Amino acid sequence: MLDAKIPNGPIAEKWTRHKFDMKLVNPANKRKFNIIVVGTGLAGASAAASLSEMGYHVQSFCIQDSPRRAHSIAAQGGINAAKNYTNDGDSVYRLFYDTVKGGDFRAREANVYRLAELSVNIIDQCVAQGVPFAREYGGYLANRSFGGAQVSRTFYARGQTGQQLLLGAYGALMKEVATGNVTLFPRREMLDLVVVDNRAVGIVCRNLISGKMETHAADAVVLATGGYGNVYDLSTNARNSNVTAAWRAHRRGAWFANPCFTQIHPTCIPVHGDYQSKLTLMSESLRNDGRVWVPRKKGDKRPPNEIPEDERNYYLEEKYPSFGNLVPRDVASRNAKEWCDKGYGVGQTGVAVYLDFRDAIQRDGEEVVRAKYGNLFDMYERITDENPYEVPMMIYPAVHYTMGGLWVDYNLMSNLPGLHVLGEANFSDHGANRLGASALMQGLADGYFIIPYTIGDFLAQAGPSGADPDNSAFKAAEQEAAARITRLLNVKGKRTVAEFHRELGLTMWEHCGMARNEAGLKEALAKIPQLREAFWEDVNVVGSEGSFNQVLERAGRVADFLEFAELECLDALERAESCGGHFREESQTEEGEAKRDDDNFCHGAVWEFKGVGEKPVLHKEAFAFEHVHLTQRSYK
Amino acid sequence: MAEKTIDLTLKVWRQESPDVEGHFDTFPAKGISTDMSFLEMLDVINNQLEKEGKEPIAFDHDCREGICGMCGSVVNGHAHGPQEATTLCQLHMRKFHTGQTIVIEPFRADAFPIVKDLVIDRGAFDRIIQAGGHITVRTGQAPEAHSVPVPKKKADTAMDSAACIGCGACVAACPNASASLFTAAKISQLCHLPQGHPERNRRVIAMVQQMDKEGFGSCSKRYECEAVCPKEIKVENITTMNREYLRALASSGE
Ligand code: FES
Repeated sequence: MLDAKIPNGPIAEKWTRHKFDMKLVNPANKRKFNIIVVGTGLAGASAAASLSEMGYHVQSFCIQDSPRRAHSIAAQGGINAAKNYTNDGDSVYRLFYDTVKGGDFRAREANVYRLAELSVNIIDQCVAQGVPFAREYGGYLANRSFGGAQVSRTFYARGQTGQQLLLGAYGALMKEVATGNVTLFPRREMLDLVVVDNRAVGIVCRNLISGKMETHAADAVVLATGGYGNVYDLSTNARNSNVTAAWRAHRRGAWFANPCFTQIHPTCIPVHGDYQSKLTLMSESLRNDGRVWVPRKKGDKRPPNEIPEDERNYYLEEKYPSFGNLVPRDVASRNAKEWCDKGYGVGQTGVAVYLDFRDAIQRDGEEVVRAKYGNLFDMYERITDENPYEVPMMIYPAVHYTMGGLWVDYNLMSNLPGLHVLGEANFSDHGANRLGASALMQGLADGYFIIPYTIGDFLAQAGPSGADPDNSAFKAAEQEAAARITRLLNVKGKRTVAEFHRELGLTMWEHCGMARNEAGLKEALAKIPQLREAFWEDVNVVGSEGSFNQVLERAGRVADFLEFAELECLDALERAESCGGHFREESQTEEGEAKRDDDNFCHGAVWEFKGVGEKPVLHKEAFAFEHVHLTQRSYK
Repeated sequence: MAEKTIDLTLKVWRQESPDVEGHFDTFPAKGISTDMSFLEMLDVINNQLEKEGKEPIAFDHDCREGICGMCGSVVNGHAHGPQEATTLCQLHMRKFHTGQTIVIEPFRADAFPIVKDLVIDRGAFDRIIQAGGHITVRTGQAPEAHSVPVPKKKADTAMDSAACIGCGACVAACPNASASLFTAAKISQLCHLPQGHPERNRRVIAMVQQMDKEGFGSCSKRYECEAVCPKEIKVENITTMNREYLRALASSGE
């Protein structure tokens, strides 16, 4: 069993005590330490800025042309915080409770409590940075409710909360760049982690403009490189989001936890053609006012507005009277799939359900609805050419977020000393299902308020790494990465990288998507290695290595997805229970709800790499639930 | 979504690297679904090029939902193409008709060197923000969020300006390649909020200086920037910036 290094003491005091117990690096010595931060989303940007403010030297890397473009920017709905400004009974404890329960009891209690505790500081910090949160006429902050919660604790900036929070963190980062304490490395892709004497001491990356390989040494490495949702090819993730940094770290010894925990978001614009490049999310805040339904009659082809009230099946409201349309994401997604599978789906493809604003518009008026969701409605209309003020939206679930990630202890350090993992890239806080408006909270808690303390504890104990980029480990890693690129370019086969990505995505969606079963997973596990082999024999990567080459970039990412996918399916097969977003058809209640098996699976499944195509070794972190008692989730 | 297909001719700017000459290549684009986004149309063309062993058209993109600011090209003379208030990734092919020729060029400005084909370097924007487009507050220094109420109208106005995605279309559309709209949006966001007041003088002076230093032109009030802005950032921001600038000069020494 793995040791998560959870501090002793009552849950509400653990973090405070731990902060006191941790070793400190004195201000003069901080200047002697170099920290690499990979990724500039909420977690990476906030970490890089905060570490620099403390006096550490920071090197900040991102694949985009500017740190401001990281995928956190696309988060629409909001950020949770236990401020209880609405006086509806919220508290740190309730946010903690909701998050553990929403995660279906597969997260670490101590981490989740700390997250809830820090949530209030995040809002303070962002307001001070000039994040223009929505406000009421009195000048105070506005809140709304979000899926999986019965209190209003979500702060938002129109439908662009992620953008505004990221620009706040980006501003803080730019402020530190101006001091000379942070060096920016945009358009760099991390291709390997350098490990010397079991300590992470640097990275290898490719300069995406010149194609040149670079090595960078440091005293600690922080990965904030996001999730792996693009293993499905189609997802709501930005096109360039990828698993490469995390996967390369895994191959170098960092263990990967719960890769099968993926979140399918219930409200996305349905697939409409095979040229499709991404799925667009419609913020779940829409479920506050939109009502989800399908026709009662199978294959009813009438336009939605001609279907009378008593022939509409508001299936979420009927089945879950107390949460209604606000049930957690996994529950909402699964129900949509169920009705579509039974033949009640709508639209040309029959793979969609309605999200209807008719009643909200009648009740509050079009202006009120426009003020809340205007930009989302515009976006919907731009993509689909339909006006959601007049006809109901059509939605269907899509891959959105990945709860699994590199394993970290309470200090957010992986099993590999010196390697710290933040935000979506780690596994710790959301269990088997993430609640809405919690990703932004976690990214910023990790970056602003956790890593600045815990990395000091590590550095104070471990001391400088003494790593030198001329050292043989750096040279070897660089050569390996370069050789891999040459190999990709030399296959010179017939199929495009995009074709392989699509095929992998379809396999994953079919067998390791919203519902999984043993036979399907075994089929995927047979298919993926074949596809990987075909890739290395028949892929066509055009262009050269010594230049800006987007085909080559994607080829490297798809090659890593082809290895990672196998681990995800294996993990899904091994976990023969249903929990949160991981729905094993063999393990359901009579009513078709996810049925956990706490006797056998109340743990994090933590995998150790043993070679491509080799069976990885499974380690376990036992989860103890001392405060939120293990119960079957019920949103009825 | 009433799907149909159209046939087009593309004329695309190709340029191997920053310091070589560029030229236009012409490609037929047949059977393009009108439900495709503009970038999906380019994906289809690129997939064909790759199949023929040719280098695909390099273009920047990431979120494909109009928020990251990574995408952007000049399409038939319009930055981000013909649809108002829309990024290139959100533009759909139903805005074009069969038989049309589409000319696609990068956003051009001296301060935005071309990296390859349609890809440009917008690092100058980061440096303008570094000069002062932020509030100097350290992590942990912040007071309780409700200690400073902000009138709703001010917060809303700040949000209107803060919606800028930093794509650079305003620069590409401006006959002087001015970055005034981009710079002004950040200045007015922060000057409308009480949190931004302590540094307002220093901020505007430093950002305007940096904008000049990067080689962006000055604003001659042609307002092409507002017309192409995918987030409908208003030119009133530039008026605010100018006012802030004069105010800062008048009270220098603060
Ligand atoms: S790709 Fe992000 S705005 Fe167009």
